[in-house]
Amino acid sequence: MSDKHVKRVDLIFEKVECRDVIEEIMKMDPDAICQKVLESDLKGRGGAGFPTGLKWRYTFQEKEPVKYIVCNADEGEPGTFKDREILDQVPEKVFCGMAIAGRAVGAKNGYVYLRGEYKFMIPKLNAQLDTFHKMMDEFNHNFRIHIRLGSGAYICGEESALFESIEGKRGEPRNKPPYPTASGLFGKPTTINNVETLVHTVMIMLYGASHFKELGTKDSRGSKVFSVSGDTPKAGIFELELGMSVDEFVDEFGDGDTKAVQVGGASGFCVPRKKFDETIIGFEGVPTGGSMKLFNSTRSMYNVLHNYLDFFTEESCGQCTPCRVGCQQLLKGVEAVKRGDKNSKYLDELVKLAKTMKRASKCGLGQSVGNAFGSIVENFKEEIIY
Amino acid sequence: MIKLSINGMLLKVDEGTTILEAAKKLNFRIPTLCHHDDLCVAGNCRVCVVEQLGGKSLLSACATPVSEGMQILTNSLKVRSARKHVIELLLSEHNADCTKCYKNGKCELQDLSNEFCVGDHLLLDLINIKDYTIDRFSPSIQKDDSKCIRCQRCVRTCEQLQGVNALTVAHKGEHQKISTFEDLSMAEVICTNCGQCVNRCPTGALVERTYLDEVWDAILDPSKHVVVQTAPAVRVGLGEELGLEPGQRVTGRMVSALKRLGFDSVLDTDFTADLTIMEEGTELLTRLKQALVDKDPTVALPMTTSCSPGWIKFIEHAFPEYLSNVSTCKSPQQMFGALAKTYYAQVRKIDPKDVVSVSIMPCTAKKYEANRPEMRSSGYKDVDYVLTTRELARMIKQAGVDFNKLNEDKYDSIMGASSGAAVIFGATGGVMEAALRTAYELITGREVPFEGLNITPVRGMEGVRQASVLLEDCKEEWSFLNGVELKCAVAHGLVNARALMDGVKSGEINVHFIEVMACPGGCLGGGGQPIPTNEKIRKKRTEAIYAEDMSMEIRKSHENPEVVGIYKEFLGEPLGHKSHELLHTHYTRRARY
Repeated sequence: MSDKHVKRVDLIFEKVECRDVIEEIMKMDPDAICQKVLESDLKGRGGAGFPTGLKWRYTFQEKEPVKYIVCNADEGEPGTFKDREILDQVPEKVFCGMAIAGRAVGAKNGYVYLRGEYKFMIPKLNAQLDTFHKMMDEFNHNFRIHIRLGSGAYICGEESALFESIEGKRGEPRNKPPYPTASGLFGKPTTINNVETLVHTVMIMLYGASHFKELGTKDSRGSKVFSVSGDTPKAGIFELELGMSVDEFVDEFGDGDTKAVQVGGASGFCVPRKKFDETIIGFEGVPTGGSMKLFNSTRSMYNVLHNYLDFFTEESCGQCTPCRVGCQQLLKGVEAVKRGDKNSKYLDELVKLAKTMKRASKCGLGQSVGNAFGSIVENFKEEIIY
Repeated sequence: MIKLSINGMLLKVDEGTTILEAAKKLNFRIPTLCHHDDLCVAGNCRVCVVEQLGGKSLLSACATPVSEGMQILTNSLKVRSARKHVIELLLSEHNADCTKCYKNGKCELQDLSNEFCVGDHLLLDLINIKDYTIDRFSPSIQKDDSKCIRCQRCVRTCEQLQGVNALTVAHKGEHQKISTFEDLSMAEVICTNCGQCVNRCPTGALVERTYLDEVWDAILDPSKHVVVQTAPAVRVGLGEELGLEPGQRVTGRMVSALKRLGFDSVLDTDFTADLTIMEEGTELLTRLKQALVDKDPTVALPMTTSCSPGWIKFIEHAFPEYLSNVSTCKSPQQMFGALAKTYYAQVRKIDPKDVVSVSIMPCTAKKYEANRPEMRSSGYKDVDYVLTTRELARMIKQAGVDFNKLNEDKYDSIMGASSGAAVIFGATGGVMEAALRTAYELITGREVPFEGLNITPVRGMEGVRQASVLLEDCKEEWSFLNGVELKCAVAHGLVNARALMDGVKSGEINVHFIEVMACPGGCLGGGGQPIPTNEKIRKKRTEAIYAEDMSMEIRKSHENPEVVGIYKEFLGEPLGHKSHELLHTHYTRRARY
């Protein structure tokens, strides 16, 4: 057991004076803002981990006069519930982050795409937005934020499907390229960031890039808000330093009988006990959008896998073949193996299929189904078969 | 220019070229299913995936533009494995009753599974055929979701080419399907029956309703006298279905084949196309007179053509307030049907109840049109059965007729005479051109002032075209038209028709006469024409149509001797009493969904 302790951090939820930050950035050159975020090595907190500063700079460099900032608050990954808490506790920091991004890339409008189930937050957010818009006027920052509500489709958390949804169309991912920084919302250059990423940019503006970099590792700078759930005595939301091992995490949050941790939700990886020590939580190991689900020995990993596959089978948008049919094949396939209709070798066929899904699917959803499938089948084969 | 390599071979292509197009230049065919030359990129079937060296995931060749220094492999291990998986996955949710399927031998999925030898595939069968019922309610289009591979070609066709949006994607994940408004049958929604979706469906999910057996039964029934009419565009398409290159004119061989099939009389829709010009031209001039001389404010102008049943159904749904602008003339097919069981039966001394009238059309909407309740003015169903170009080719094959070795034959008489003006009905702008050839001469006594009678401003593939002719030195009875600039507009493809009508509505487009054809390119690009149909092929067929026109002795509708004859012997005069009874119709306002 490691004797290190997981470091608790309080950056995201820290109450700060957004007014000071806005005043500061209004004096800054847009490129300097991009540069500062770039220097911090901040990577997207939605899970994919694209360098935020780079995203901003790409959007900034586009010649098109109309650009957009989109805040992805369509928090739908199973086991993730941190954005809801952030929006509930520090909405002004989220808006502030969007204003910074707007200043950095030259956008006059921002959209918050809010998960449908978070509808109850709208009155509070709107009230906060009024105050925010007044502040924008005070600083002559011509930036307005609009809130759009999702309708419950998981796929609309995928950036291009999200744009389609805001545009009033069926939420289906687009072909890439072009990437959002060149052609995003309404076909205009768009920066789309996760809720938490935007709050981090506020803190970077406030305390500087080096302060942010003090925490974490070379590949995973800073801290991250985790949504901890499953077999744990301490379920909830915790801001922790990135770069800890799963072992350290389980030390802190496990119930003493943890056999696996699902890092990153249904689209993430399952880490078995024997790999706790060697697995780093961060972009060098297993990345996560925040979801950390612990399973103890009472859980059947077949049920866990079945649950995830069931979820993907329903939540695939259905447009591309590998994802739409592949998910069904994986689900029906493990059922057939469990029933004994197919022998255990069939699992190898399914693993190959999952690889094709990873390589050939159109968007991140289909590409990540294989993560959970591969890691659970690899590590808990006997639980799937018997 | 972008430099890249495909399978180790270097090439330079223009920026914006897709990997698919670049590979084609090196003679590498990458298989596709959702891709169609006429439609926007979808990139959703994933059968065209290729490997980029150093890339994590595979790229879809149809959707990815080339980039500098790209190294592409179109047939690597990863590609082969993924491609085979994709085909297997599609088959696992596909009702693969291939030998019994209408599209057997003409199915793109079948071709691919054959190419990739997926016979021994391991995946589970996901489809439960009992969960599906075939939508056979439409007289034109049959929809079988159990054969659908969700490539969305039909959805894109309906939206981008036709602007109709009758077909759309519904639900998600395993339940995703191509559906209609409230999942109603194709017969109950805004579908115009144009069949462009049928022409683009890679499998047997969308096919025409076939009436082959009914036609054979009629032919083989000795008590029936079966007459067949052939639409102008069929003669420039049929060859493709029988192994010839696009753009071949097979009029004579087609007539010969039809006679061999056992039709009692092989006649030409061209005859009633010429008749349409007489009726519709007169109607236009009457309307102009009412507007210009009588100053009647209720007269509906611009007048639009009514030959295309897809257009008629569309305007009934989408612009019902303009129904009085539509010419009351029936389409040539329906004029023919009405005359077959009256004039023809009378001359040939046959009881009209024994006449079965069959038409060969490049069109699926014609099947719906023939079934309209108002199309029974002969006292019988005017046109009993409509077959597409594709169905005719199938009949020829079924009868064992060696089409390509046939000698050319001539249409029977009566109602078999044609003119160049009638032939060009098959191309967009053709009705307009034919009408102008006749109307101008009727009004001024001179031929239209275009070289060789070829009114090129109304030809071409632009979606909406406008042209005008100045009327001068008119004959005495038309002197009110002196100095009038007769303005006309032409649209093809319903998305363009919608734009044109929006322009009329807003006042931006101010013309006297409008020709609309529901299908891109006009009838030669119709939903019943050979598959594939795309821009290149439409151009070839267009060239063939105009070549056919040039080869005709008579090139003006009013000079068709049989047309002159029928007015003398039977109809009296254009817009006369008998014409009204048999050749004109009315329209129905329909819901907007």
